[in-house]
Amino acid sequence: MASDRKPPRRKGHGLIATICAGGVFSMVGLAYAAVPFYRAFCQATGFDGTVRRVERAPAQVIDRKITVRFDANVRDLPWSFTPDQVAQTIKLGQGGLAFFTVTNHGTAPLTGRAAYNVAPESAGPYFLKTQCFCFSNQTIQPGQTERFPVIYYVEPKFATDLNTRMFQEITLSYTFFPVRGGAAA
Amino acid sequence: MSTATYSAHDDAIQSGAHAEHDHKPSFFVRWFFSTNHKDIGLLYIMFAIMAGLIGGALSGLIRLELAEPGIQIFTAGSWLSKIGIIEASKQGYNVVVTAHALIMIFFMVMPAMIGGFGNFFVPIMIGAPDMAFPRMNNISFWLLVASFCVLVTSLFVDGGPGRGFGGGWTMYPPLSTIGHTGPAFDLVILSLHLAGASSILGAINFITTIFNMRAPGMTLHRMPLFVWSVLVTVFLLLLSLPVLAGAITMLLTDRNFGTSFFNPAGGGDPVMYQHLFWFFGHPEVYILILPGFGMISHVVATFSRKPVFGYLAMAYAMVAIGVVGFVVWAHHMFTVGLNVNLQAYFSAATMIIAVPTGIKIFSWIATMWGGSIDFKTPMLFAIGFIFLFTVGGVTGVVLSNAGVDYSFQDTYYVVAHFHYVLSLGAVFAIFAGFYYWYEKMWGVKYNEFLGATHFWLMFVGVNVVFFPMHFLGAQGMPRRYVDYPTAFAFWNRVSTDGYMITVAGIAVFVVMLAESAIRRRKAVANPWGDGATTLEWTLSSPPPYHQFNDLPVIEADAH
Repeated sequence: MASDRKPPRRKGHGLIATICAGGVFSMVGLAYAAVPFYRAFCQATGFDGTVRRVERAPAQVIDRKITVRFDANVRDLPWSFTPDQVAQTIKLGQGGLAFFTVTNHGTAPLTGRAAYNVAPESAGPYFLKTQCFCFSNQTIQPGQTERFPVIYYVEPKFATDLNTRMFQEITLSYTFFPVRGGAAA
Repeated sequence: MSTATYSAHDDAIQSGAHAEHDHKPSFFVRWFFSTNHKDIGLLYIMFAIMAGLIGGALSGLIRLELAEPGIQIFTAGSWLSKIGIIEASKQGYNVVVTAHALIMIFFMVMPAMIGGFGNFFVPIMIGAPDMAFPRMNNISFWLLVASFCVLVTSLFVDGGPGRGFGGGWTMYPPLSTIGHTGPAFDLVILSLHLAGASSILGAINFITTIFNMRAPGMTLHRMPLFVWSVLVTVFLLLLSLPVLAGAITMLLTDRNFGTSFFNPAGGGDPVMYQHLFWFFGHPEVYILILPGFGMISHVVATFSRKPVFGYLAMAYAMVAIGVVGFVVWAHHMFTVGLNVNLQAYFSAATMIIAVPTGIKIFSWIATMWGGSIDFKTPMLFAIGFIFLFTVGGVTGVVLSNAGVDYSFQDTYYVVAHFHYVLSLGAVFAIFAGFYYWYEKMWGVKYNEFLGATHFWLMFVGVNVVFFPMHFLGAQGMPRRYVDYPTAFAFWNRVSTDGYMITVAGIAVFVVMLAESAIRRRKAVANPWGDGATTLEWTLSSPPPYHQFNDLPVIEADAH
């Protein structure tokens, strides 16, 4: 029997298999970590049309105008939801104030939350809101009508960015969704 | 234990020396509780042939429906509705398209290449007696069978818009969440979880085997290229499949447990599903083709009677394809509204993959250059592969341009592209390997005339099926529709005629299998002569039930 031709040792098998299994579990973990990461990424950069929320007021105003159009939708709620103005034309950096009206046509108080987005998506980083009803849940009593203000501005860098400088219009869109378990509140 | 010794260059046939030790278990134990890598490899191959015939029949329904404008097959009162297995409706068409894709990807190409040829030849090629975890190997195979049964079951239960899941193999929400409320898609998710678990266990097994069980002298840089290709492939599996598992689990909880990973109403984003899916999906298409690259290298070298040109470049080209394959995923999503800089990055990164792929194509041609080429059936399929894969690669470079993709996204041009690289490329590679190793695996010879006839019918057939799709796509015919305007009638008719030619080719393949099973011409250890240099040709055909009780020693020029 040739002594230098032993059957392969089994010793290392478990170690390699364990490392591989660790790789599998960390990739599953990364897939789930992608969810909060993607959300944080969108909110931090305005990627994919995510509108950013800011506390501070606009810093400078430049002499370039932009038209902001408003769009309002409702899903699975007996509400009507309309913008009070079709569009507003403002200067870049100048604060804009828009109003939205919501009426609950149902027979019970209902809670909704508005998801929001801007188109084109590349305008997301430059469209900033300082005040919005979409930051929190809204409960409307039956038959009640509410008027919500939105304070926003478009950053002057919008005029110089390669991805946005050709645009003359931005559309801000809201959709009210019911909040799960919030109907009775 | 025998004292017979041999090395990679010995012609000694092991089965004689081991005859009295070559105990095979009884039929049931051997094939159902199998832990022998060769038996499991054969099971995988038979499973893949069966799944391939089913998936091919489904594509026949698609082609018959698209033979002329209007809806003839997937409508009430057609012969399909009289048979009643598949729902004869537009939903039924979508279900057939989805099932065709899933079956061909997960139950035909992957089992044939990785489970079949990988299991059979990787241990032999590195001089190992078996896989590192033989029982886990058995679990991998039977999980895949269970997975296939669950997928087929999903065709017969309620999907929401009708019977079965018709959301495409990409399973994008919201069509797969609020668009398919029935249990069919939950079964598809379970099926993919099982198939994923099967592949991940297989991947761990291969990595351990290749790293730990190489014979003395078989360094990584002396491993045959097929082993290299499987090694890269299983790493891709190991890192990409868990992401798919995560993404479809999120779909499952979105559907059934009220989460909103991909639901905007709860703050989710459906586009994130596409990112997760294609982070898996793009490596997956390389998983489907890389083992084929390995097999083609062996076939081309064997039938040119020359060592493969640029061995190290070939090995590291596959590594490069595997690595770059993980950072190009968003080229499937150019039209979701990606930032223009990201589009530029993903276009450029995608085009870079053409470089290692080009290295491989040119190295195969350089291997043939000046060789004494023998046009046996495996070589015909290998040359067919090189031609078809190059055509698919060229259209791939076209599609990688984000600007062009805005026009071609979801048209038949894309269908033509990925069928040229997969349906034709990967399948021709599988047939090349199948004929190359036919005697080795089954212990009988195939009929060269039937093999060549199979090749020519398939080669003509698939080109007639898929080449006209470039024209249809360029004219704007969208994918995944049951009907089309009359303007597209001519090339669709041609495409369906090509399908009939391909069916004739597959019929010859089945005749070839039957002929060799009936005639049982005894196989020889090495039918291909000097060009076949890897370790499997030093063993008998079929190899002994347990090989390499004494490990072979590999010298420096062994590849």
